[in-house]
Amino acid sequence: MDSLLNAARPPVFCPGCSHERITHTLDKAFQAMDLDGQRIAMVSDIGCSGLFDTFFNTHALHGLHGRALTYAAGLKLARPELTVVVTMGDGGQGIGGAHLLAACRRNLDMTLLVLNNFNFGMTGGQYSATTPPDAEVGSGFLNRLERPLDVCSVAKAAGAPYVVRCSAYRSDIADVIRRAVEFKGFSVVDIWGICPGRFSKRNRLTTKGIEEMLSRLPPFDGEVAENQRREFGAHYRELAAAQKPVPPPAAVIAQFDPVSIERQEVILLGSAGQRVITAGEILCLAGLYAGLNTTQKNDYDITVLRGPSISEMTLSLQAIDYTGISRPSIVVALGPEGVARRRKMFAGLDETCTVIQAAGVDIPACRAQIHRVDFKDQGFKGTDWALASLGALAKLGRVVRPEMLEAAITSRLRGDILAGALDIVRRVEPSERI
Amino acid sequence: MALSLMEGNEAIARGAVAAGCRFFAGYPITPATTILNHMLAMLPPLGGVCIQGEDEIASIGFCLGASMAGMKVMTATSGPGISLYSEQISFAIGGEIPIVIVDIQRLGPSTGSATRGADGDVQFLQWGNSGGMPVIVLAPADVEDCFRLTVQAFNLAEQYRCPVFIASNKEIAMTRASVDPERLKAEIVIDRAAPGPGQEFLPFQTHAGEMVPAFLPIGGGRLVRQTSSTHGPDGYITTDPAEITRQLVRMQAKITTAADRLAMVEHCPAESADTLLVTYGVTSRSALAAVCELKASGTPVSLLVLKTLWPVPEAAIRQAAINARRVLVVEMNQGQYVREVERVLPGKAVQFCGQMDGRLITPETIREAILHG
Ligand code: SF4
Repeated sequence: MDSLLNAARPPVFCPGCSHERITHTLDKAFQAMDLDGQRIAMVSDIGCSGLFDTFFNTHALHGLHGRALTYAAGLKLARPELTVVVTMGDGGQGIGGAHLLAACRRNLDMTLLVLNNFNFGMTGGQYSATTPPDAEVGSGFLNRLERPLDVCSVAKAAGAPYVVRCSAYRSDIADVIRRAVEFKGFSVVDIWGICPGRFSKRNRLTTKGIEEMLSRLPPFDGEVAENQRREFGAHYRELAAAQKPVPPPAAVIAQFDPVSIERQEVILLGSAGQRVITAGEILCLAGLYAGLNTTQKNDYDITVLRGPSISEMTLSLQAIDYTGISRPSIVVALGPEGVARRRKMFAGLDETCTVIQAAGVDIPACRAQIHRVDFKDQGFKGTDWALASLGALAKLGRVVRPEMLEAAITSRLRGDILAGALDIVRRVEPSERI
Repeated sequence: MALSLMEGNEAIARGAVAAGCRFFAGYPITPATTILNHMLAMLPPLGGVCIQGEDEIASIGFCLGASMAGMKVMTATSGPGISLYSEQISFAIGGEIPIVIVDIQRLGPSTGSATRGADGDVQFLQWGNSGGMPVIVLAPADVEDCFRLTVQAFNLAEQYRCPVFIASNKEIAMTRASVDPERLKAEIVIDRAAPGPGQEFLPFQTHAGEMVPAFLPIGGGRLVRQTSSTHGPDGYITTDPAEITRQLVRMQAKITTAADRLAMVEHCPAESADTLLVTYGVTSRSALAAVCELKASGTPVSLLVLKTLWPVPEAAIRQAAINARRVLVVEMNQGQYVREVERVLPGKAVQFCGQMDGRLITPETIREAILHG
């Protein structure tokens, strides 16, 4: 196989830069794999290592600092047949640390070459995540305060199945890279090299010095036994293929006459965990069974099992514009938190409004018709009060008819839950008006 | 007629799938999360890919990679996520990468209120890119719009090779509404154009009369380069001011010169009306209620609902305002789009009615502003 180096765009690194050596080495690795350029995507980011994609006759994607692994993942998921090679400096590795961790955990079949030269070359030799504390760099004393990151130990801890740490000057470096690219999974090669333009101007660093530094660290030379597992893409496709298709949206054909063709506004005031939202959805479905337009707007705090849970429904023969509740026809007070959130609303209620008040839940004085229902006494669990209140409304002939409600419940629920729900709405007894 | 009950976010997901989207990546955030949920249910059985990224930056990065590989892609978030997308949005603009970005707006600033609505990002979406390039932003008003405008967003992203935003709102996204499922159909689906047979190809090359470069995917038979750096037609860095100008002027003009074609508005003129209401998004529904009530009580008011926010549908706004003595801009923020309307209508009395407290603007508030503003 011929060289994939772009003859029109030779490397432009500083004389003696280890990146130049890696450029030629990577080309040798590609040649040894007999890959042509159309089958390779080089993905790079910012900094001197970000020039890599321009030197090769391959597909190329050059993006933002530290984000190369994100584009690479998208490319690989979209085109599993592509050989994806990412180059990143120690700078990109630092700013994109979250992506390195995630890529190691994910294990997509691609290769990351970290061109590690212990500083930001392009911007003036500032310290990076891998700068030794005793180095003289362009960040004053700041690098003395931080501990350099062991990229390989982090990659291993995060689950990378293939990790190599080596010197750019290792004689078999082309083979090292080839093996990493050929590995079926995520491979990380942390390649230590010299940046004569910046780093070694102020710090004595030789190829021998790099070997010595490497020898003081735990070795990484390929497969990490405990991290071997299935490649993400193939595994994803297998699991995805087993998922059931989503049916088109369920459509309800009107079967009953509505209780009223006027706009009806219903508000359920409950507490988290009372299944207020589900009851609201069932009421809306019941409206559809009478050919009404419906909307359901919910109000709750971000906590899941505490606080108010409020559902506002509008049912109308006309198209519904504003979805808020201004003049409720029905207020259902199920829990103190919901009532507290809408306390001000009660003063405005008039005789045309029906309030279902769960026994034990205080409400502010108002002029509405109040039906107090002792759900507990009737044997309903707190989680069923919202649904039971719909049954009470149906029995009172307000907003919903029993047959609308039962059709909605039957379309929404299944099995034992369905049977239980039908029992609840049939069994509930609305009290006399108080 | 049969009716379905659906929240806006489900309609966006269904619209995306109908438009040919087969790649979605997102990071959970209220009130956009249910789009991720719906895409995760829908895409895998269709052979598509749905991924939860390690963060927002990764999620949109996955999408950009997959789009460059030739897929139709979408991501969805809320204001805090748009902040994190920002640098990648600039890349999508500069690299001319088709992508649909959904912003389910919630009350800001910052993390604000996760479960309260607002339209506080409408300037941010336009100006949140470095370089200040024009973008396309569409604003749905209801569930049907969520579907229809998402299909349209894909068509535009493919045609113009650019990011297209859906500026929705918690109040549409997570509010269920009855909708006729027969109306949720993608009538036209447009795919990005490949170079013509025998046509020369460079990744950012346009031929005479073209504003948008033809697209070939990374991973196909011809080598493709993509870059976030300032580039010439070949996708390599350039420092030639003439070349830079050619590329950037073209990138700007491909959107600005299409403004009239991109303009989607609904205009309900009322005879002998003094006032024109200009609004968008969920607020347009309160405005419609207010206009209907006022009409019934003998005060005619004209209404202009903008479905395209950016580029600003200037001609449509000017046309609608011709006979108006006063223009009232109603929006769920502290005064953002009103600036555009003022700019487009110099010399007109432009007033603002807004609110940003997590509640919908009521028809009563709008009626009051019209009668006594
Ligand atoms: S600054 Fe350093 S990394 Fe950059 S090209 Fe020069 S020697 Fe290489």
